[in-house]
Amino acid sequence: MNRWIFDSLWLISAVPLAISLVILSLGKSRRKSAAALAIIGQVVALVFAIFAFLPTLQMPSFRAVQNFTWFTFGDQALRIGWVLDPLAAVMLVMIALVGLCIFIFSVGYMAEDKNFIRFFAYLSFFSGAMLGVVIANSLLLLFVFWELVGLASYLLIGFWIERPSAAAAAKKAFITTRIGDMGFFLGMLWLYHSSGTLLFYDEGHGCLESAGLAMLGASATFVALLIFCGAVGKSGQFPLHVWLPDAMEGPTPVSALIHAATMVAAGVFLVARVYPLFSFGAIDGVTPSLTVVVWIGVTTALMAALIAIAQADIKRILAYSTVSQLGLMMVSLGVGGVAAGIMHLLAHGFFKALLFLGAGSVIHGCHGEHDIRNMGGLRRLMPVTFLTYAVGMMALSGVPLFFSGGWTKEEILHATAHWPKSHVPYYLVLGGVVLTALYMTRQIIYVFLGNRRAGSSHAHESPRVMTMPLIALALCAIFFSAVLTPAWPWLHAYLRGERVHFEIAQLIQPMFFVSLGLVGAGVGLGVWLYRKAGLQDRDRAPEMDPLEYAQPALFRFLENRMWLDEFYDRTVIAFATICARVSDWMDRHVWDGLVRGLGGFGELFGIFTSNVDERGINAGVDETTAGTRGLGRLMSAAHSGQIQTYLGVVAIGLLVLLLFYAWLA
Amino acid sequence: MTLTLQLFLIVSTALFCIGLLAALSRRHAIFILIGIEMMLAAANLNFIAFWRFSLDPHQPTGVMIAIFSIAIAAAEAAVGLALVISVYRHYRTTNVDELDQLKG
Repeated sequence: MNRWIFDSLWLISAVPLAISLVILSLGKSRRKSAAALAIIGQVVALVFAIFAFLPTLQMPSFRAVQNFTWFTFGDQALRIGWVLDPLAAVMLVMIALVGLCIFIFSVGYMAEDKNFIRFFAYLSFFSGAMLGVVIANSLLLLFVFWELVGLASYLLIGFWIERPSAAAAAKKAFITTRIGDMGFFLGMLWLYHSSGTLLFYDEGHGCLESAGLAMLGASATFVALLIFCGAVGKSGQFPLHVWLPDAMEGPTPVSALIHAATMVAAGVFLVARVYPLFSFGAIDGVTPSLTVVVWIGVTTALMAALIAIAQADIKRILAYSTVSQLGLMMVSLGVGGVAAGIMHLLAHGFFKALLFLGAGSVIHGCHGEHDIRNMGGLRRLMPVTFLTYAVGMMALSGVPLFFSGGWTKEEILHATAHWPKSHVPYYLVLGGVVLTALYMTRQIIYVFLGNRRAGSSHAHESPRVMTMPLIALALCAIFFSAVLTPAWPWLHAYLRGERVHFEIAQLIQPMFFVSLGLVGAGVGLGVWLYRKAGLQDRDRAPEMDPLEYAQPALFRFLENRMWLDEFYDRTVIAFATICARVSDWMDRHVWDGLVRGLGGFGELFGIFTSNVDERGINAGVDETTAGTRGLGRLMSAAHSGQIQTYLGVVAIGLLVLLLFYAWLA
Repeated sequence: MTLTLQLFLIVSTALFCIGLLAALSRRHAIFILIGIEMMLAAANLNFIAFWRFSLDPHQPTGVMIAIFSIAIAAAEAAVGLALVISVYRHYRTTNVDELDQLKG
């Protein structure tokens, strides 16, 4: 059984991809079959993922690799394959499980949409591609699936094709991630050139193993930074984060699956996967490439958290929250806490999907309302949504003890505090923790507590097909913390390939109280600031946000997302537009002119040939025929038709012949 | 005057030319036929002359040829007359100058 799953690891990715094709070939009216097929595909993937996960528990530092040759050129061969190690195994289970919950949720959320079948086809396609990213053993194969995931994201963000804003957002997402992917591709080329292989693990010859790394030498830093460009684009780090909030134009299940739990996690996963490249030649656990990762991560984390405080769209707050949390994960990876970062990735996958699905439930219940200032008092109207959302909020804010997010955040803070290079990231991350608690509290107060306002007047709880996944994810968020506590750090040890011990004393750590205090401060601040705003009456015009009242300039700055989109518009996009215009001019006048000029040559030649034909050849032929006819007329004039003339000619000829013979003799 | 071969040849040549003249210059079709007969006669005379003055006049070779020739001339004259009659029936004229259907 074990060997079977190692050899057939590709099935986990292939089954959803195949199902996606099957769904696309279904007719218009087979909605139930489409949804059922997609869910079955996801269940199969989940079952296989669990099958793959179980053997990895048997021994520490498990790794099963299956490589094969894709094609050969000359005497070189391009080899690809798949790998199963703790990192891949937990990612597989998380992606499959979260995906399954979201698929079930989508059955309810997209029930009235007429493109139901296309949605499930795209979702399945995405799922297959994402699962492929985590099991790829070759950087090239990973890149292929990476791009497929980007394609799926584009298709799903722009799912409602009749909306120009959605189409623009999809284009923005694709192009922004593409910019990052250019760096990724360059890094991949450099890596292949230096080490001769793109396989990660290949019995000692892989590029992540000691022999391959030795061949890279000092260029490992640059290769790592180039590959990090891809992660920056995909995971929405500063400066390529601008596509993530716009990606909220897509349906909410898409936001939950792609832009919270899985696709954006691919960037963090990539850094974790090629971590040996980053940490090559580390002194005290610090290398230049890892330092870059830390600073970009902490910048992103803090910046996004600040912007989130001033947003009014329920999904945008969550989108910026995702960006901030991804920054936090990058910080964790950068300071050396790879296991901590991945644990937070997994926990984040669960609770962020939960929060997005909860937001989707709220939007569905409020009949399409997105603005939190128009909601309120949903606590009594949508109790299940409220409870699960509260669980998600507490997990995200980092409330410790029962909520997984708290424990993972602990680990990250612990790792960041012990970074030898600088303590600044630690303090900034602490600030980020406070801000996270603050904006989540703000959101909960505006949406669920206080009085009902315009949007929530006719709100109703979502159907069971939507609330069941919410409950499932909330339970995951809570019970996941069982393997995360310091008392029994099972996941931490599993990821690092160590043995684990159960010690209840480890539960209480000094950092624990620091983060508890911070979270409490953030929640308290939120409650103090927004309580009155939440209680605002439905008949009055929306009041100013308390922060806006206190610091209008700063609030406007944050509300407009630090004017970064506008900055990019004026610089990068303007430059691209100019290039496009120049190219267009060149195409229309220069290249087209050349082509028309060459065409003119052809025309001239044609005219010349036609004249030669008309005046030369035709005339010649006409003259010849005229001459022949004239000659004929001449000859026929000699034929008088009279016998005696002919006889006379014969006689004269005979005479001439006789004289000739006589003369000869 | 001694009878030599040349005398006979001169006579046959003269006869031939007269016949040729008749065939070429007369307008009436019958007269052309007469001319052709005269040319045939001249040819016969030639044959007899060469036989008479040949090495072995006792073999009747020349006479045989002349007899064959006269018989064939007779047949050919019949055919020619048939042709003339047929042409006359169609064109109502024996004037060969008017028979120029093959004029080019």
